[in-house]
Amino acid sequence: MPEKFDVIVVGAGPSGNAAAYLLAKGGMKVLQLERGEYSGSKNVQGAIMYAEALEAVIPNCRRQAPLERAIVEQRIWAMDDRSYVGSHYRGESDEGAQPNRYTIIRANFDKWLSRKVREAGALLICETTVIELLRKGNRVIGVRTDRAGGEIHADVVVLADGVNSLVATTSGLRPPVKARDVALAVKEMHFLPREQIEQRFNISGDDGVVIEMFGKITKGMVGTGFLYTNKESISLGIGCMVEDFKKAGVSPNQLLEDMKRHPAVKPLIAGSEIKEYSAHLIPEGGYNAIPAVHGEGWVICGDSGGFVNAVHREGSNLAMTTGRFAAETILKLRDEGRDFTAAHLRAYRTALEDSYVMKDLKKYRDMPGILHHNRQFLTTYPELLSRAADTFLKVDGVDKRTKEKTIKRDFVARRSRFGLVGDAIKLVRAFR
Amino acid sequence: MMKVEQKLFENRYRIDEGHGHVAIREPEICRERCTTRSCTWCCPAGCYGTDEDGGVVLSNDGCLECGTCRLLCDEFDNIDWSYPRGGYGVLYKFG
Repeated sequence: MPEKFDVIVVGAGPSGNAAAYLLAKGGMKVLQLERGEYSGSKNVQGAIMYAEALEAVIPNCRRQAPLERAIVEQRIWAMDDRSYVGSHYRGESDEGAQPNRYTIIRANFDKWLSRKVREAGALLICETTVIELLRKGNRVIGVRTDRAGGEIHADVVVLADGVNSLVATTSGLRPPVKARDVALAVKEMHFLPREQIEQRFNISGDDGVVIEMFGKITKGMVGTGFLYTNKESISLGIGCMVEDFKKAGVSPNQLLEDMKRHPAVKPLIAGSEIKEYSAHLIPEGGYNAIPAVHGEGWVICGDSGGFVNAVHREGSNLAMTTGRFAAETILKLRDEGRDFTAAHLRAYRTALEDSYVMKDLKKYRDMPGILHHNRQFLTTYPELLSRAADTFLKVDGVDKRTKEKTIKRDFVARRSRFGLVGDAIKLVRAFR
Repeated sequence: MMKVEQKLFENRYRIDEGHGHVAIREPEICRERCTTRSCTWCCPAGCYGTDEDGGVVLSNDGCLECGTCRLLCDEFDNIDWSYPRGGYGVLYKFG
């Protein structure tokens, strides 16, 4: 007779950890399986952590959490080849209020969150890869791992095994992830003395700056670049849709290297020591790519369920929130003495629909398609904006009205009047 | 330009000798039928290269376990892809 648990959680990222923590706190017998050496050793993220989503799982825990910097400034840069037009927002939290977003280093953060999970009473077994789900008819009744005698049974399985979602795919619970629905991001960790980071980004203490970049740095592919400040390092990365990499013939490393040479980026990382190079997929298919999220004896959370808001670069919050909803749904059914059937687990789907998770994904459901078919937003416009700024700011004896005409002519020449109006409508529709 | 190989040198790995977790199913398909061979430039760790006969050669050692190659090869489904055995593969220090 194989060993039996109330719940098996597959994966120890933010989603699996949130679920396992709450389930164990709720008194359930929880087994969590992780293929890495420790929670975090296989996980890659930018990374930004959202305090509200975290503290909805573990109240008032941020003082203990290994956070890097509280984000006080967000920069968004539309990049041309050697310039950018940007918008910056800087705002300190009000006196007494707590910051909302922090940069983190995932290996440190995940290890800490994982310790909380174990303290709550869950059994974590690392270095164990789940191969497939055990089924009895339609019903998921456990998992098979790569360990000898690795069959383990449970009343319900929480799938939080990450973007490739191999367990659910292999078991036929979801269609395979597609190249057009995921981005590939590569990242480097650049180490610099703390004081240098603070000088370069005009910050002090544990305050931090994040920069999101789009435009010509992705060479016409749909994607973004990012630069996040940590205490003693800078996370620098860039990602584009896998399908675009395939068509464009550009290597991810080349893309990152070119971004590092951009005149606006180069001085920010000058003299740094690179201590790690990572790559990871991000599910960016949005609402239309979300698979069935529950069934007979299972639910799916986080990246493995495609829960990423690509437009706002949010993922870790959706991971923790979906993990929390999964746990809350399971605990409620347990309290009511109801079985973990698909009909009963539907409450998980309902909780997602009623929250920001599905509301935001629904809001931007057309965005992947719009960007896919309208590359001008990532190529032509950043260039036009940069040229317009250059024309307008250059003091060269040309009068301002002539400059305005030049800029206007430039826009019309590249996109036509009809095209400009069309693009404006598309943009409004995409964000509506 | 910093080469991928230099970067991978900074990473921590625990190699599972003799248990490659990614494999090309039918080398002939890469050599004779695949015209794109996008794995040779899309793999962020540069695990795929071409040989003198125009075939594709794969080295698992630097694999970052992202899963990109599996998605690229949708036309021929010629990549047998799984995660490494528990505890093996890339071990991110920072992630």
